[in-house]
Amino acid sequence: MSQSDLETILDHGDAAPGDEPAGRHEVVEGVLGYLVGLFLAAFITVVAFFIAGTNLVWGPSIPLALVVLAIAQIGVHLVFFIHITTGADNANNVLALAFGVLIVMLIIIGSLWIMSNLSQNMTPMQMG
Amino acid sequence: MTAFEAGAGYGGQNRGGGADVILGGGSEPLHAHADRGPASKRIIVGYGFWIFLLSDIIMFSAFFATYAVLSRETAGGPSGKDLFNLTNVAIETAFLLLSSFTCGIATIGARARQGLMYYGGMALTFVFGAGFLFIEIHEFVGMIDQGAGPTRSAFLSAFFTLVGCHGVHVTLGLLWLLTMVAQVFAKGYRADILRRVLCFGLFWHTLDIIWVAIFTVVYLLGAG
Repeated sequence: MSQSDLETILDHGDAAPGDEPAGRHEVVEGVLGYLVGLFLAAFITVVAFFIAGTNLVWGPSIPLALVVLAIAQIGVHLVFFIHITTGADNANNVLALAFGVLIVMLIIIGSLWIMSNLSQNMTPMQMG
Repeated sequence: MTAFEAGAGYGGQNRGGGADVILGGGSEPLHAHADRGPASKRIIVGYGFWIFLLSDIIMFSAFFATYAVLSRETAGGPSGKDLFNLTNVAIETAFLLLSSFTCGIATIGARARQGLMYYGGMALTFVFGAGFLFIEIHEFVGMIDQGAGPTRSAFLSAFFTLVGCHGVHVTLGLLWLLTMVAQVFAKGYRADILRRVLCFGLFWHTLDIIWVAIFTVVYLLGAG
Protein backbone atom coordinates (compact mmCIF):
# COMPACT_ATOMS: atom_id res chain seq x y z
CA MET A 1 0.00 0.00 0.00
CA SER A 2 1.46 3.33 -1.00
CA GLN A 3 1.63 6.42 1.16
CA SER A 4 -1.09 8.26 -0.75
CA ASP A 5 -3.50 5.33 -0.39
CA LEU A 6 -2.76 5.31 3.32
CA GLU A 7 -3.38 9.06 3.50
CA THR A 8 -6.76 8.62 1.82
CA ILE A 9 -7.85 5.96 4.27
CA LEU A 10 -6.69 7.90 7.31
CA ASP A 11 -8.43 11.10 6.24
CA HIS A 12 -11.97 10.20 7.13
CA GLY A 13 -12.53 13.81 8.20
CA ASP A 14 -11.80 15.88 5.11
CA ALA A 15 -11.23 15.66 1.38
CA ALA A 16 -8.63 17.62 -0.56
CA PRO A 17 -10.13 19.89 -3.20
CA GLY A 18 -9.89 18.14 -6.54
CA ASP A 19 -10.02 14.69 -4.95
CA GLU A 20 -13.13 12.63 -5.28
CA PRO A 21 -14.88 11.62 -2.04
CA ALA A 22 -13.11 8.89 -0.10
CA GLY A 23 -13.95 5.40 -1.28
CA ARG A 24 -14.63 6.53 -4.84
CA HIS A 25 -11.33 5.84 -6.51
CA GLU A 26 -12.55 3.38 -9.11
CA VAL A 27 -11.07 4.33 -12.47
CA VAL A 28 -14.24 3.67 -14.48
CA GLU A 29 -16.40 5.60 -12.04
CA GLY A 30 -13.98 8.52 -12.11
CA VAL A 31 -13.87 8.68 -15.90
CA LEU A 32 -17.68 8.51 -16.05
CA GLY A 33 -17.88 11.49 -13.68
CA TYR A 34 -15.61 13.56 -15.93
CA LEU A 35 -17.59 12.44 -19.01
CA VAL A 36 -20.86 13.63 -17.45
CA GLY A 37 -19.19 16.96 -16.63
CA LEU A 38 -17.82 17.27 -20.16
CA PHE A 39 -21.22 16.67 -21.76
CA LEU A 40 -23.06 19.05 -19.41
CA ALA A 41 -20.46 21.79 -19.89
CA ALA A 42 -20.40 21.30 -23.67
CA PHE A 43 -24.21 21.44 -23.79
CA ILE A 44 -24.34 24.69 -21.80
CA THR A 45 -21.57 26.18 -23.98
CA VAL A 46 -23.43 25.32 -27.18
CA VAL A 47 -26.63 26.85 -25.81
CA ALA A 48 -24.74 30.02 -24.81
CA PHE A 49 -23.14 30.45 -28.25
CA PHE A 50 -26.53 29.74 -29.90
CA ILE A 51 -28.39 32.27 -27.75
CA ALA A 52 -25.75 34.96 -28.34
CA GLY A 53 -26.38 34.94 -32.10
CA THR A 54 -30.08 34.19 -32.40
CA ASN A 55 -33.18 36.26 -33.03
CA LEU A 56 -35.43 33.60 -31.51
CA VAL A 57 -35.03 35.04 -28.02
CA TRP A 58 -36.25 38.47 -26.90
CA GLY A 59 -33.14 40.64 -27.38
CA PRO A 60 -32.88 42.42 -24.03
CA SER A 61 -33.06 39.09 -22.18
CA ILE A 62 -29.94 37.72 -23.88
CA PRO A 63 -27.29 39.26 -21.57
CA LEU A 64 -29.06 37.97 -18.47
CA ALA A 65 -29.48 34.53 -20.05
CA LEU A 66 -25.77 34.40 -20.91
CA VAL A 67 -24.75 35.32 -17.36
CA VAL A 68 -27.07 32.67 -15.92
CA LEU A 69 -25.67 30.04 -18.30
CA ALA A 70 -22.09 31.01 -17.36
CA ILE A 71 -22.85 30.63 -13.65
CA ALA A 72 -24.47 27.25 -14.36
CA GLN A 73 -21.43 26.11 -16.32
CA ILE A 74 -19.04 27.25 -13.58
CA GLY A 75 -21.16 25.19 -11.19
CA VAL A 76 -20.80 22.14 -13.45
CA HIS A 77 -17.02 22.62 -13.55
CA LEU A 78 -16.83 22.97 -9.76
CA VAL A 79 -18.90 19.84 -9.12
CA PHE A 80 -17.68 17.46 -11.82
CA PHE A 81 -14.06 18.61 -12.35
CA ILE A 82 -12.98 20.04 -8.99
CA HIS A 83 -15.31 17.70 -7.05
CA ILE A 84 -16.72 20.29 -4.67
CA THR A 85 -19.60 18.59 -2.87
CA THR A 86 -21.99 19.42 -0.05
CA GLY A 87 -20.58 16.59 2.05
CA ALA A 88 -19.09 17.12 5.50
CA ASP A 89 -15.61 16.31 4.17
CA ASN A 90 -15.87 19.35 1.85
CA ALA A 91 -17.02 21.93 4.42
CA ASN A 92 -13.64 23.70 4.48
CA ASN A 93 -13.41 23.81 0.68
CA VAL A 94 -16.96 25.17 0.33
CA LEU A 95 -16.40 27.84 2.99
CA ALA A 96 -13.20 29.04 1.27
CA LEU A 97 -15.07 29.10 -2.05
CA ALA A 98 -17.97 31.02 -0.51
CA PHE A 99 -15.61 33.65 0.88
CA GLY A 100 -13.89 33.93 -2.51
CA VAL A 101 -17.25 34.40 -4.25
CA LEU A 102 -18.19 37.09 -1.71
CA ILE A 103 -15.01 39.07 -2.44
CA VAL A 104 -15.44 38.64 -6.20
CA MET A 105 -19.02 39.92 -6.00
CA LEU A 106 -17.98 42.90 -3.85
CA ILE A 107 -15.24 43.86 -6.34
CA ILE A 108 -17.32 43.46 -9.52
CA ILE A 109 -20.71 44.78 -8.36
CA GLY A 110 -19.09 47.50 -6.26
CA SER A 111 -16.92 48.73 -9.14
CA LEU A 112 -19.82 48.78 -11.62
CA TRP A 113 -22.09 50.53 -9.15
CA ILE A 114 -19.60 53.25 -8.20
CA MET A 115 -18.37 53.86 -11.73
CA SER A 116 -21.88 54.11 -13.23
CA ASN A 117 -22.78 56.53 -10.46
CA LEU A 118 -19.70 58.64 -11.21
CA SER A 119 -20.35 58.74 -14.94
CA GLN A 120 -23.96 59.81 -14.36
CA ASN A 121 -22.68 62.78 -12.38
CA MET A 122 -20.22 63.80 -15.10
CA THR A 123 -21.00 66.81 -17.23
CA PRO A 124 -21.42 65.71 -20.86
CA MET A 125 -18.05 65.71 -22.67
CA GLN A 126 -17.62 67.63 -25.90
CA MET A 127 -16.10 65.34 -28.49
CA GLY A 128 -13.17 66.73 -30.48
CA MET B 1 5.51 14.64 30.62
CA THR B 2 9.21 14.25 30.01
CA ALA B 3 11.18 16.38 27.62
CA PHE B 4 11.67 13.32 25.44
CA GLU B 5 7.91 12.80 25.01
CA ALA B 6 7.36 16.44 24.22
CA GLY B 7 10.11 16.36 21.62
CA ALA B 8 8.77 13.20 20.04
CA GLY B 9 5.28 14.66 19.91
CA TYR B 10 6.50 17.82 18.25
CA GLY B 11 8.44 15.81 15.69
CA GLY B 12 5.41 13.72 14.87
CA GLN B 13 3.26 16.82 14.35
CA ASN B 14 5.92 18.55 12.36
CA ARG B 15 6.15 15.77 9.84
CA GLY B 16 2.54 16.45 9.15
CA GLY B 17 1.67 12.91 8.14
CA GLY B 18 -1.45 11.58 9.80
CA ALA B 19 0.10 8.16 9.44
CA ASP B 20 3.01 9.03 11.72
CA VAL B 21 0.84 10.17 14.54
CA ILE B 22 -1.72 7.43 14.39
CA LEU B 23 0.44 4.45 13.62
CA GLY B 24 3.60 5.54 15.40
CA GLY B 25 2.49 7.62 18.33
CA GLY B 26 -1.11 6.63 18.95
CA SER B 27 -0.33 5.06 22.28
CA GLU B 28 1.65 8.00 23.65
CA PRO B 29 -0.11 10.05 26.32
CA LEU B 30 0.46 13.23 24.31
CA HIS B 31 -1.86 12.01 21.58
CA ALA B 32 -4.48 10.37 23.73
CA HIS B 33 -6.86 13.31 23.28
CA ALA B 34 -6.76 13.15 19.49
CA ASP B 35 -8.08 10.05 17.83
CA ARG B 36 -7.15 11.17 14.33
CA GLY B 37 -4.16 13.52 14.43
CA PRO B 38 -3.52 16.27 11.91
CA ALA B 39 -4.80 16.04 8.36
CA SER B 40 -2.60 14.40 5.77
CA LYS B 41 -0.25 16.42 3.63
CA ARG B 42 -2.42 15.77 0.57
CA ILE B 43 -5.32 17.61 2.21
CA ILE B 44 -3.18 20.43 3.60
CA VAL B 45 -1.38 20.99 0.29
CA GLY B 46 -4.58 20.75 -1.73
CA TYR B 47 -6.41 23.13 0.60
CA GLY B 48 -3.55 25.65 0.56
CA PHE B 49 -3.46 25.56 -3.22
CA TRP B 50 -7.24 25.99 -3.31
CA ILE B 51 -6.83 29.18 -1.23
CA PHE B 52 -4.20 30.40 -3.70
CA LEU B 53 -6.49 29.69 -6.66
CA LEU B 54 -9.34 31.60 -5.01
CA SER B 55 -7.04 34.59 -4.51
CA ASP B 56 -6.03 34.27 -8.17
CA ILE B 57 -9.73 34.37 -9.07
CA ILE B 58 -10.08 37.51 -6.93
CA MET B 59 -7.24 39.10 -8.93
CA PHE B 60 -9.09 38.20 -12.14
CA SER B 61 -12.28 39.70 -10.72
CA ALA B 62 -10.49 43.07 -10.53
CA PHE B 63 -9.58 42.75 -14.22
CA PHE B 64 -13.18 41.75 -15.01
CA ALA B 65 -14.48 44.78 -13.13
CA THR B 66 -12.04 47.02 -15.03
CA TYR B 67 -13.12 45.53 -18.34
CA ALA B 68 -16.82 45.86 -17.51
CA VAL B 69 -16.37 49.53 -16.64
CA LEU B 70 -14.28 50.32 -19.75
CA SER B 71 -15.85 48.02 -22.35
CA ARG B 72 -17.78 50.84 -24.07
CA GLU B 73 -14.92 53.38 -23.97
CA THR B 74 -13.63 52.75 -27.48
CA ALA B 75 -12.37 56.31 -28.09
CA GLY B 76 -13.77 56.23 -31.62
CA GLY B 77 -11.86 53.04 -32.35
CA PRO B 78 -13.15 49.53 -33.11
CA SER B 79 -15.54 47.87 -30.66
CA GLY B 80 -15.83 44.22 -29.76
CA LYS B 81 -18.50 43.77 -32.41
CA ASP B 82 -15.98 44.82 -35.11
CA LEU B 83 -13.09 42.73 -33.77
CA PHE B 84 -14.34 39.47 -32.29
CA ASN B 85 -14.57 36.31 -34.36
CA LEU B 86 -16.95 34.01 -32.51
CA THR B 87 -15.96 30.97 -34.58
CA ASN B 88 -12.40 31.25 -33.24
CA VAL B 89 -13.74 31.75 -29.73
CA ALA B 90 -15.90 28.62 -30.07
CA ILE B 91 -12.85 26.59 -31.15
CA GLU B 92 -10.80 28.02 -28.25
CA THR B 93 -13.61 27.14 -25.84
CA ALA B 94 -13.85 23.59 -27.19
CA PHE B 95 -10.07 23.12 -26.89
CA LEU B 96 -9.98 24.32 -23.30
CA LEU B 97 -13.02 22.27 -22.27
CA LEU B 98 -11.55 19.11 -23.83
CA SER B 99 -8.19 19.82 -22.16
CA SER B 100 -9.97 20.11 -18.81
CA PHE B 101 -11.52 16.68 -19.45
CA THR B 102 -8.23 15.05 -20.49
CA CYS B 103 -6.53 16.65 -17.47
CA GLY B 104 -9.10 14.92 -15.27
CA ILE B 105 -8.34 11.62 -17.01
CA ALA B 106 -4.63 12.18 -16.37
CA THR B 107 -5.35 12.86 -12.67
CA ILE B 108 -7.25 9.58 -12.39
CA GLY B 109 -4.42 7.81 -14.24
CA ALA B 110 -1.84 9.21 -11.83
CA ARG B 111 -3.71 8.00 -8.75
CA ALA B 112 -4.34 4.59 -10.32
CA ARG B 113 -0.72 4.45 -11.59
CA GLN B 114 -1.91 3.80 -15.13
CA GLY B 115 0.86 5.11 -17.35
CA LEU B 116 -1.24 5.18 -20.51
CA MET B 117 -4.00 7.21 -18.85
CA TYR B 118 -1.57 9.60 -17.17
CA TYR B 119 0.86 10.25 -20.03
CA GLY B 120 -1.88 10.07 -22.69
CA GLY B 121 -4.12 12.43 -20.74
CA MET B 122 -1.29 14.88 -20.13
CA ALA B 123 -0.21 14.74 -23.80
CA LEU B 124 -3.75 15.51 -25.01
CA THR B 125 -4.07 18.28 -22.40
CA PHE B 126 -0.86 19.82 -23.74
CA VAL B 127 -2.04 19.57 -27.37
CA PHE B 128 -5.42 21.20 -26.62
CA GLY B 129 -3.83 23.85 -24.40
CA ALA B 130 -1.19 24.70 -26.99
CA GLY B 131 -3.90 24.83 -29.69
CA PHE B 132 -5.87 27.28 -27.55
CA LEU B 133 -2.79 29.43 -27.06
CA PHE B 134 -1.97 29.36 -30.78
CA ILE B 135 -5.43 30.65 -31.74
CA GLU B 136 -5.31 33.30 -29.02
CA ILE B 137 -1.88 34.63 -30.07
CA HIS B 138 -3.04 34.58 -33.70
CA GLU B 139 -6.06 36.68 -32.68
CA PHE B 140 -3.93 39.15 -30.71
CA VAL B 141 -1.42 39.57 -33.56
CA GLY B 142 -4.25 40.10 -36.06
CA MET B 143 -5.84 42.78 -33.86
CA ILE B 144 -2.54 44.62 -33.34
CA ASP B 145 -1.86 44.44 -37.10
CA GLN B 146 -5.11 46.26 -37.87
CA GLY B 147 -4.30 49.01 -35.39
CA ALA B 148 -6.42 47.62 -32.54
CA GLY B 149 -3.59 47.07 -30.07
CA PRO B 150 -3.76 47.70 -26.32
CA THR B 151 -2.81 51.38 -26.78
CA ARG B 152 -5.75 52.18 -29.08
CA SER B 153 -8.47 52.69 -26.46
CA ALA B 154 -9.39 52.04 -22.84
CA PHE B 155 -11.60 49.17 -24.03
CA LEU B 156 -8.65 47.49 -25.78
CA SER B 157 -6.29 48.09 -22.84
CA ALA B 158 -8.74 46.33 -20.54
CA PHE B 159 -9.33 43.57 -23.12
CA PHE B 160 -5.64 42.76 -23.58
CA THR B 161 -5.00 42.89 -19.82
CA LEU B 162 -7.84 40.52 -18.95
CA VAL B 163 -7.56 38.01 -21.80
CA GLY B 164 -3.75 38.29 -21.91
CA CYS B 165 -3.51 37.54 -18.19
CA HIS B 166 -5.52 34.37 -18.77
CA GLY B 167 -3.21 33.52 -21.69
CA VAL B 168 -0.15 33.95 -19.45
CA HIS B 169 -1.74 31.56 -16.96
CA VAL B 170 -2.29 28.99 -19.73
CA THR B 171 1.35 29.38 -20.81
CA LEU B 172 2.61 28.82 -17.27
CA GLY B 173 0.19 25.88 -16.95
CA LEU B 174 1.69 24.26 -20.05
CA LEU B 175 5.21 24.61 -18.61
CA TRP B 176 3.98 23.14 -15.32
CA LEU B 177 2.33 20.28 -17.26
CA LEU B 178 5.63 19.37 -18.93
CA THR B 179 7.37 19.54 -15.54
CA MET B 180 4.85 17.12 -14.02
CA VAL B 181 5.24 14.67 -16.91
CA ALA B 182 9.01 14.77 -16.45
CA GLN B 183 8.77 14.38 -12.66
CA VAL B 184 6.46 11.36 -12.81
CA PHE B 185 8.69 9.88 -15.51
CA ALA B 186 11.87 10.42 -13.46
CA LYS B 187 10.60 9.82 -9.90
CA GLY B 188 7.52 7.64 -10.29
CA TYR B 189 4.10 7.96 -8.65
CA ARG B 190 5.46 9.10 -5.29
CA ALA B 191 3.09 10.71 -2.80
CA ASP B 192 4.81 14.11 -3.05
CA ILE B 193 4.71 14.00 -6.86
CA LEU B 194 1.03 13.01 -6.77
CA ARG B 195 0.31 16.06 -4.58
CA ARG B 196 1.85 18.25 -7.29
CA VAL B 197 -0.28 16.49 -9.91
CA LEU B 198 -3.34 17.24 -7.76
CA CYS B 199 -2.39 20.93 -7.61
CA PHE B 200 -1.73 21.07 -11.34
CA GLY B 201 -5.16 19.57 -12.02
CA LEU B 202 -6.82 22.16 -9.77
CA PHE B 203 -4.92 24.94 -11.55
CA TRP B 204 -5.91 23.74 -15.01
CA HIS B 205 -9.60 23.29 -14.11
CA THR B 206 -9.61 26.79 -12.60
CA LEU B 207 -8.22 28.25 -15.84
CA ASP B 208 -11.18 26.71 -17.65
CA ILE B 209 -13.59 28.26 -15.14
CA ILE B 210 -12.04 31.68 -15.73
CA TRP B 211 -12.33 31.12 -19.49
CA VAL B 212 -16.08 30.46 -19.08
CA ALA B 213 -16.39 33.91 -17.56
CA ILE B 214 -14.19 35.44 -20.30
CA PHE B 215 -16.02 33.96 -23.28
CA THR B 216 -19.34 35.02 -21.76
CA VAL B 217 -18.50 38.52 -20.54
CA VAL B 218 -15.95 39.56 -23.16
CA TYR B 219 -16.84 37.72 -26.35
CA LEU B 220 -20.54 36.74 -26.27
CA LEU B 221 -21.74 39.92 -24.55
CA GLY B 222 -19.23 42.04 -26.49
CA ALA B 223 -20.12 40.72 -29.93
CA GLY B 224 -23.88 40.77 -29.38
